Amino acid sequence: MQEQGGITITTEQGQGVVSLHGPWDREETGLRVAESLLALGPVRRVRFDTTGLVSWDSRLAVFVSGLVEDLKARDVAVDEKGLPTGMLRLMALAAQGAGAAGASVKPPREPLLMRAGLKATAAWAALVDTLGFIGETALGLGRLVTGRGRFRRDDFFLLLQDCGASALPIVSLISLVIGVIFAFVGSVQLKLFGAQIYVADIVGLAMARELGAMMTGIIMAGRTGAAFAAQLGTMQVNEEVDALTTMGLNPAEYLVIPRVAALVMMMPLLCLYADFLGIGGGMAIGVGMLDIPLVQYWNQTRAALDVTQFMHGIIKSALYGVIIAMAGCYHGMRCGRSASAVGDAATRAVVAAIVGIIIADGLIAVVTSIIGM
Amino acid sequence: MTNTREGDPPLKVTDLTMAYGPRVIQRDLAFEVAKGEIFIIMGGSGCGKSTLLRHLVGLKEPARGKVFHGRTSLYEASSREQSALMQRIGILYQSGALFSSMTLFENVALPLYQYSDYTASEIRELVMFKLALVGLGGFEDHLPAEISGGMKKRAGLARAMALDPEILFFDEPSAGLDPVSARRLDDLILELKESLGATIVVVTHELASIFAIGTDSVFLDAETKTMIASGHPRDLLERSEDARVVRFLTRGEGSR
Repeated sequence: MQEQGGITITTEQGQGVVSLHGPWDREETGLRVAESLLALGPVRRVRFDTTGLVSWDSRLAVFVSGLVEDLKARDVAVDEKGLPTGMLRLMALAAQGAGAAGASVKPPREPLLMRAGLKATAAWAALVDTLGFIGETALGLGRLVTGRGRFRRDDFFLLLQDCGASALPIVSLISLVIGVIFAFVGSVQLKLFGAQIYVADIVGLAMARELGAMMTGIIMAGRTGAAFAAQLGTMQVNEEVDALTTMGLNPAEYLVIPRVAALVMMMPLLCLYADFLGIGGGMAIGVGMLDIPLVQYWNQTRAALDVTQFMHGIIKSALYGVIIAMAGCYHGMRCGRSASAVGDAATRAVVAAIVGIIIADGLIAVVTSIIGM
Repeated sequence: MTNTREGDPPLKVTDLTMAYGPRVIQRDLAFEVAKGEIFIIMGGSGCGKSTLLRHLVGLKEPARGKVFHGRTSLYEASSREQSALMQRIGILYQSGALFSSMTLFENVALPLYQYSDYTASEIRELVMFKLALVGLGGFEDHLPAEISGGMKKRAGLARAMALDPEILFFDEPSAGLDPVSARRLDDLILELKESLGATIVVVTHELASIFAIGTDSVFLDAETKTMIASGHPRDLLERSEDARVVRFLTRGEGSR
């Protein structure tokens, strides 16, 4: 057991004496200003006695200055001479730096209406900004199509690889498992009617029309959309975007266009790949567990699907590609200049992309059912 | 295609007010940077030096006032003109701002590929020459992450000089450098000014640099939010009547 610091509070002839002794830089001190004040009782003067003090750290200084402040507030004269010189100097320094004028002015809370108004104008500004970004990107894409795009071909190929081949493992895994899950869920119901063979229809239609595109979209939002936001955000923090601008290169054109183009080119391919793997997953369950002959399952799938079903998913996946890339690039380009801002940008990019995908999918589902496709 | 004539200052600021939203940073700035000067923008921390630099190079539109590059008002020019103006300036950012996915060679070569019709071998020679100028010969295949902070700055300088700019801007060139490296960068700036005949604008609060290289300056004050002195830094030190300027230039010691 190590020796602990101690405090003794005595009163002699109406004068309070606070004596501190022992080492004061270990463990919890257990000191409370209020308790010490109580112990002092009604005195007019207080002095400190630190002859027995072995060592101390900032916690003791904080306690002593708190005590002194409270005592002074009660018009008690405090004689600080007994304190160690180092502590006195620390306390003087802290008193100087405390509450520098205007350092911690929190703006007063605005009234409700004003806050609502501010929110509304901010939302409007964000909308205008987003539309501006979309317009700028569209112009850039136009220039790309007419062959006047300005970016490095090497960068573009790297992006293509990143948005395409590098994503294959995760897309394989997820779409295969999704196919398996669908086959399982479907078979439980269909077995009741002895219609297990329709598992092939369910899996095939779901993958081709919806899930191939949707799952690729969500995977790519988390993978590539976040990466775009983080890349561009870090470039923003590192002044690289400024450097591009001051070289006379439009960052939107140089950074955003190749990313949008790469993802839009790769998404349909990934989607088609996911469609087939999902169907393969369903087939594994159908053949392996529901005892449907392979050829029969295959023929059933072929009968259920035609090119229209696949085009449905493929066209949607290209649209999702636009949404993901734009969300990632937008939040990356509007990133603040700190490490946490980059994290925020990545988070926002993923959320915006996924929300965008789901909303777009819903709208498309309504429209296609109305026009009967 | 130069738009400067003899006698026209390469850089001029009139009646400039800088603000972030409603918060005014500096107001009523007006100064000219003459050709061949090393112009220092100085002032205490947070007075808006770097913000002023952003206004000068086209990164932030002024709340009021104009920035002229030669005879063209930067923020009133068409985007094509702006792009042309941007090719006539080079900027060394505080941290170098090298493109982290590219090697030093590719970084320096980028503006050349974009704006010149030199052949690949000509570009290669030019890039090697610029890298050698800043003492980075042999590092062309390194990525920015693989070299030290001082080297990044020098590589950034090589990139800023790639197109032989008429005006070179430096944002806190000695920030984050040890005294010897900072001194070497100052020497390099002087050397470049002599040999290229470029006009140089430096944002700094490093007294050693200010006196070593500056030939003209403005002093921005954070409290009054405007420029309170201008001229050759040594003249300011010797003759300025303003206590704030003297205090800054003497490290707060108050005696000259």
